[in-house]
Amino acid sequence: MTASRRLPDGRGYFGQFGGMFVPETLMPALKELELAYAKAQADPDFQQQFQHLCRHYIGRPTPLYAAKQLSAKIGAATILLKREDLAHTGAHKINNALGQGLLAKRMGKKRVIAETGAGQHGVAVAAVCAMLGLKCIIYMGEEDIKRQSPNVFRIKLLGGEVRPVSSGSRTLKDAINETIRDWVSNVNDSYYLLGSVVGPYPYPMIVRNFQSIIGQETKEQILATYQRLPDYLIACVGGGSNAIGLFHPFFSQKSVKFIGVEAAGKGLATDKHAASLAVGKVGVLHGTKSYLLQDDNGQIMPTHSIAPGLDYPGVGPEHSYYKETGRATYVAVSDTQALEGFKLLSHTEGIIPALEPAHAIYYTAELAAGLPSDKLIVVNLSGRGDKDLDIVYQAEGREL
Amino acid sequence: MSRIASVFKPGHKALIAYLTVGYPDIETTYKVASVLADSGCDIIELGIPFSDPLADGVTIQRASYQALKQGTSRQTCLEVAGKLSQKLTMPLVFMTYYNPVFSFGLEAFCRAVAGAGVDGLIIPDLPVEEGSELEAITRKLNLDLIYLLAPTSTGERVSIVAEKSGGFIYLVSLTGVTGARKTLPAELEEFVRRVRKKATQPLCVGFGIANAEQARRVAKVADGIIVGSRLIQLIEEDGTLSSLKTFISSLRVALG
Repeated sequence: MTASRRLPDGRGYFGQFGGMFVPETLMPALKELELAYAKAQADPDFQQQFQHLCRHYIGRPTPLYAAKQLSAKIGAATILLKREDLAHTGAHKINNALGQGLLAKRMGKKRVIAETGAGQHGVAVAAVCAMLGLKCIIYMGEEDIKRQSPNVFRIKLLGGEVRPVSSGSRTLKDAINETIRDWVSNVNDSYYLLGSVVGPYPYPMIVRNFQSIIGQETKEQILATYQRLPDYLIACVGGGSNAIGLFHPFFSQKSVKFIGVEAAGKGLATDKHAASLAVGKVGVLHGTKSYLLQDDNGQIMPTHSIAPGLDYPGVGPEHSYYKETGRATYVAVSDTQALEGFKLLSHTEGIIPALEPAHAIYYTAELAAGLPSDKLIVVNLSGRGDKDLDIVYQAEGREL
Repeated sequence: MSRIASVFKPGHKALIAYLTVGYPDIETTYKVASVLADSGCDIIELGIPFSDPLADGVTIQRASYQALKQGTSRQTCLEVAGKLSQKLTMPLVFMTYYNPVFSFGLEAFCRAVAGAGVDGLIIPDLPVEEGSELEAITRKLNLDLIYLLAPTSTGERVSIVAEKSGGFIYLVSLTGVTGARKTLPAELEEFVRRVRKKATQPLCVGFGIANAEQARRVAKVADGIIVGSRLIQLIEEDGTLSSLKTFISSLRVALG
């Protein structure tokens, strides 16, 4: 048992972050979930079922690809890409959707509800629900429906129902509000399949544990090929599930540096960004205490990122804990820089990344340029970019 | 006995009315409070608007959004409460979400609340598990921290809330968010009785209550009712507030 494996504590906290700030109506459901998850986790049959489907449904293990052309272009450290973009449905989101889908089925729930921002989580949940024969309802902000329309269509093709959310900023934050309201109203028969390491305990722990397969595989793969641990792990951070999934299994290996990359949008000096760790203050949103973008009155602020999956004013409580304890460093990359990262990977490696990990790619290129060639960097390529072609076309037009 | 607890007398059922401060504007907030006081309300619950009211249905969501758009801040709400507590004799309670309280600083917020003459707090996203720090502060300042129970609450949870809730216990009538409903759940009486067995505090039922008939039904088993969304609808429908006055009076009659 590593130190981080013992976190969260019995009250659902990572240091001062986390907890369960939800209406009383949901408290019994969260306790039921905690108990059901603990039983499933201890059940070899459940674990075997998850592992089996990870291999045969998701296509795991995903490769750890040496991006030689990218490394050569930068002329420095070795960059390895953890290819979550090759997972079924095109992003890491499927790992958690599968794990929790199996849990929902085991708990006898018939109706699954979920929020989605970029649509990747929505697609993953819809796929898993189709496979497991569960009813699937996805809440998605109207703004995100507009900018991620291919994913809306995919969710519908997979038999999911998309419910547009027109309140607030009409993005991920509001989709979560609406899913929580649905859960409050239908808590007895519905399972809330939360898509990131946010929300009330036990979600940050459950999602982290299902996503940890990313870091576990990375560790085995890098030890097999390079006979040593990486020097850096780099991942984009919105809610932070792909980052925690990569980081967490390396928590106790202090020589491995963690870098999370947030969305600087149009710049941290403007009010159009989503960098809650970089410039936020501690607060409570969606059931958890963590860093938040909020005004002086404790109202949640609107956010912006070119990458819908990063467009969220909060962040997982475990990331806040990593920041506070110095275990991880968090940086921010702008919309324009993310587009550069997007093009860089497409041109050098023939891989079109999603705009979310394009943030991590850009930062990696910057960092690698200043490092000696014997350094090993692993970047989580958390999703593929098909969903973003419209956004990039709008931003770049014919010049691309 | 707290000012809130003293409202509950034998044979008298409490009528608690919610309004979102600053909706549709501050001037209306004062007028509505006067109407509520004059037509037989016992406690006024002042809502400090929050950007992400996840326990609220569309009516209070819309009211909160508009109030924030008008620039209603925590400071505005404290000022409004301060003036109302001078003018009215009835207890006042703040209802808001945890983040506006937390970001003010728990102790600083409670001191400002007490200073404004407000008697208690209702925070729907603060379950007992997370409330111990705020409980200690409110106790010190003689504020009532009013907890909620829901139809889904287990027996164990009912016992804990019965131990800790100040003033009264807020019973959420249904499994859902706030908002006027045509019917209340059939299990409501059983839920109230279940809590009654363990709690000594007065029990007030809220969420969904939208007419006198429902009020009469609830009053048979509970010690008071809380109405909110229906009042906001009436304020929207009739700016003269005479519909609101008629409605409150009808609830008062129904409660006996």
